[in-house]
Amino acid sequence: MAGFRNADVVVRLWEVLVRRIDRPLFAIAMVIVGAGLVTLFSAADQSAARVTNQGVSLVVALTAMWVIANIPPQTLARAALPLYAAGVVMLVGVALFGVVVNGSRRWLDLGLVRFQPSELMKIALPLMLAWYFQKREGRIGWADFVLAAVLIAVPAYLVKRQPDLGTSLLLSASGFYVLFLAGLSWKLIVGLAAAGAAAGPFLWSQLHDYQRQRVLTFIDPSTDPLGAGYHTAQASIAIGSGGVVGKGWLNGTQAHLDFLPEKHTDFIFAVFGEEFGLIGNVLLVVLYLALIARAMMIASNASTLFARLIAGAVTLMLFTYAFVNMGMVSGILPVVGVPLPFVSYGGTAMVSLFIGIGILMSVQAHRKLVTT
Amino acid sequence: MAARRLFSTRRRASGGGAYGAAELRNPERELARFRTRLAVAFGVVLIAFAALIGRFAYLQVARHDHFRTLAETNRIAIVPIAPNRGVITDRNGVVLAQSFSAYTLELQPSRLSDLDATIDALAGLVEITPRDRKRFRKLFEESKNFESLPIRTRLSDEEVARFAANRYRFPGVEIKARLFRSYPFGEVASHVIGYIGRITDRDLVRIASWDESADYKGTDTIGKVGVELTYERELHGTTGIEEVEVDAAGRAVRTLSRTPPVSGDNLRLSIDINLQAAAEAAFGARRGALVAIEPASGDVLAFVSKPGYDPNLFVEGIDPASWQELNESPDKPLLNRPLRGAYPPGSTIKPFLALGALASGRRTPTQAFADPGYFQLAGSSHRFRDDKKGGHGIVDMTKAIVVSCDTYFYLLANDTDVDDNWRFMSSLGFGHRTGIDIEGELAGVLPSREWKRQRFAGPQYREEHRKWYLGDSISAGIGQGYTAFTPVQLAHAIATIANDGVAFRPHLVQRIEDARTREVRLVEREPAYTLAVKPGHLDVIRKALVQVNREGTGATAFRGAAYASGGKTGTAQVFSLKGEEYRAHKIDERLRDHAWFIAYAPADRPAIAVAVLVENGGFGAKAAAPIARQVFDYYLLGLKAAGPAPMFEGPLPDDEDASD
Repeated sequence: MAGFRNADVVVRLWEVLVRRIDRPLFAIAMVIVGAGLVTLFSAADQSAARVTNQGVSLVVALTAMWVIANIPPQTLARAALPLYAAGVVMLVGVALFGVVVNGSRRWLDLGLVRFQPSELMKIALPLMLAWYFQKREGRIGWADFVLAAVLIAVPAYLVKRQPDLGTSLLLSASGFYVLFLAGLSWKLIVGLAAAGAAAGPFLWSQLHDYQRQRVLTFIDPSTDPLGAGYHTAQASIAIGSGGVVGKGWLNGTQAHLDFLPEKHTDFIFAVFGEEFGLIGNVLLVVLYLALIARAMMIASNASTLFARLIAGAVTLMLFTYAFVNMGMVSGILPVVGVPLPFVSYGGTAMVSLFIGIGILMSVQAHRKLVTT
Repeated sequence: MAARRLFSTRRRASGGGAYGAAELRNPERELARFRTRLAVAFGVVLIAFAALIGRFAYLQVARHDHFRTLAETNRIAIVPIAPNRGVITDRNGVVLAQSFSAYTLELQPSRLSDLDATIDALAGLVEITPRDRKRFRKLFEESKNFESLPIRTRLSDEEVARFAANRYRFPGVEIKARLFRSYPFGEVASHVIGYIGRITDRDLVRIASWDESADYKGTDTIGKVGVELTYERELHGTTGIEEVEVDAAGRAVRTLSRTPPVSGDNLRLSIDINLQAAAEAAFGARRGALVAIEPASGDVLAFVSKPGYDPNLFVEGIDPASWQELNESPDKPLLNRPLRGAYPPGSTIKPFLALGALASGRRTPTQAFADPGYFQLAGSSHRFRDDKKGGHGIVDMTKAIVVSCDTYFYLLANDTDVDDNWRFMSSLGFGHRTGIDIEGELAGVLPSREWKRQRFAGPQYREEHRKWYLGDSISAGIGQGYTAFTPVQLAHAIATIANDGVAFRPHLVQRIEDARTREVRLVEREPAYTLAVKPGHLDVIRKALVQVNREGTGATAFRGAAYASGGKTGTAQVFSLKGEEYRAHKIDERLRDHAWFIAYAPADRPAIAVAVLVENGGFGAKAAAPIARQVFDYYLLGLKAAGPAPMFEGPLPDDEDASD
């Protein structure tokens, strides 16, 4: 009797655990995470500690995912404005009292922990915009887009002056995705692109030297093979020398003889590419594509405008991270500090990414409950 | 799909309540637009990922070979391994020069922002003396851009450990194991052995002229003078190669393949280091040269150039102060006197000229002349004086050699042709290099008509400068004038006389031993040539030489010797007195005559022949002969001298020539 009830409890507990979990999405993400852990073990010179740390981060991230997945989108929508406001306040706080690390004022010292408000903003901004468009659903006009542009510009500017151009651009992108999905007119998009191109020289003049150097080095890495171009050049050597089938796990010479910089964080893809070759790379891209496709299905089937917009924006951000990281490591994009989703070492990124997955799951799980 | 869309729209429309029925199609249109946008985005995703895959294919397929090569060159470094330089021993196997491995602390100035601060900081860990600093400064000034230069050599194990623990503080500073050379006898035989030093640009030119087997990639020192220079190719060995995997910082991670170096050949010199040391000790503070040769083989038994220097100073790079001292000393310690000192032979030339006269038939042994104490050329008032006022009386060839009678040789010169003399003397090894096996030998001067013509060939000379005069012959007849021989040449000549006219090329290296196979190559076992003289003529000369040491000018030095020996004194004029009498105490010490002595012993079966030169020593009998006596006593009898050879004071019986 008791056994039966215990079993019953286990079954119900399991039911609670998996109820909101989208299995295809979860499965794909976990395969990528697995590949990431395997690569990390190699990239960290077979240090079990790094892998264990990443495992702990993963547990935290999955917990966060589960919690978010169980929160209905409407509730998330209600949190949008407070989160966004808090984010902006903290960004201002960073500008005023932030801690300087490596020449950038990005961190807020909260006594026990240091916190990077721009990380929070990456989620708060699309939430805020989605929430706003939801509020204005059916009446959305050009004035809403102007206001949305301001909502994007404020945190983007604050982050840019830290200075953290990469994150600022990513923030702007996440905001833009919401606008794009909300129906920003094509004319305006084309117009904005043209204006951006025209403003290029002006923006160039606004860049810091190191930022300009990065762009220049990107255009021609050989100008500075031992300096800024070193990362890119060595990463290209790593990937290129991997060939079709790769050098095999733990056999990457570029990685293990320390030629690769940041090899367990931003440049971990070079290790992956060196050891698993073109076949591995294509498989990884296909996995990301599958993840994005599933996420887009979720967005497509979402029942409210808010849910659609936030799901769509999260999806496109996932794509952006994956594309920008692999693009930068393989040398077709300039070097910006973007981790490879689910693979790069780092707890914050892992938690953020799984919060995004959690949001997608929440949208998927609650799509039929809008009426209540 | 359509049904679901319809369904969800209806549900919302019916249950939403917020919008009126008129707005029913609006959300549906928005959803459609959203899906269109999503589809566009998905298209972008596909294009972007396709671009990535294209890029991967480009890197990993199209340019794979290129990047694989780059990765390999990143990864693999070819590290040369310096071979062990051959050991140099004396004829009895006593080690005179050997290599040893020691740790050095090296700086790469190009990687240091503040050189002095770094050296100061290092001085807290290992001892760095002011001399080390000065030496480093000199190396630094001579160095090329990315060279690694030693600040300290021969670190103790403790110093190595102390630095290793602090290594992280000193990028651009490294401990390296290097090969050094040690010369355990220091100054003794320094001019024979020579020394090695850091490879300079000039050495690089020399290396480049050798064939491809001369691989100096791992070597940073090279022979500079002496045997170390001449036998560089034999001593160096073959550089090994190690292929190592390196990390980005250039540190070796593991060895992939290894071709071991081949040690250089070992050299066994003909020098007897004990005899060498005894000969050097015999000089005391005197400057000069001594060459001792085994007549029957041409082995050079001792080769002295005084003063010497400590070759160990050069191995790690000499400090500027020591270099200046050696270079600017008026005693010229760096000058290899036996090899590169050409001095007028003075009376030592007499037995050779006498032999030539016998060979050519211009004189017989018993032909005698009355010596008035001077010689006068026909039609000239100038008198070529003898050292003994009033002359030596009736003088034949033997007496002329024994008492060193100048007048006899003035007459002989007058009666022979300079070019005939030249031919005979040349066959004894004068006027050209003997071919001794260290570089830099001078030919000296053996004058002839042709020689004078060439010597004064320049437009600044007139025809009368180029002409040979009889007066030139007369001066040459007693080893003055233009005549200049090196100690090596005189030792070679006396050894040839001692060896019945059979000449060997003098050599310092007896045999070369392959360090790996132990295979031995002998140097010069065959006689070079035989003098064209009758044995009887040689006997006349040798008897006269023996008499010199028994009752002539060499008698004082060889009084009481347990062996018979032959010898000849000589005095080489440094400064022309223009007819004034020579007063040793009146003139500057450095303008005093050089003292010569050539000798061999034992008289019947010569085992050793020497030429001794004492710079500014005055009469050969006083300054040089006692040195030869000590060397013979040591070599033949094993007698060790208590101190330097004596310098006899005051006039000696039958004192020799102070010619002209």
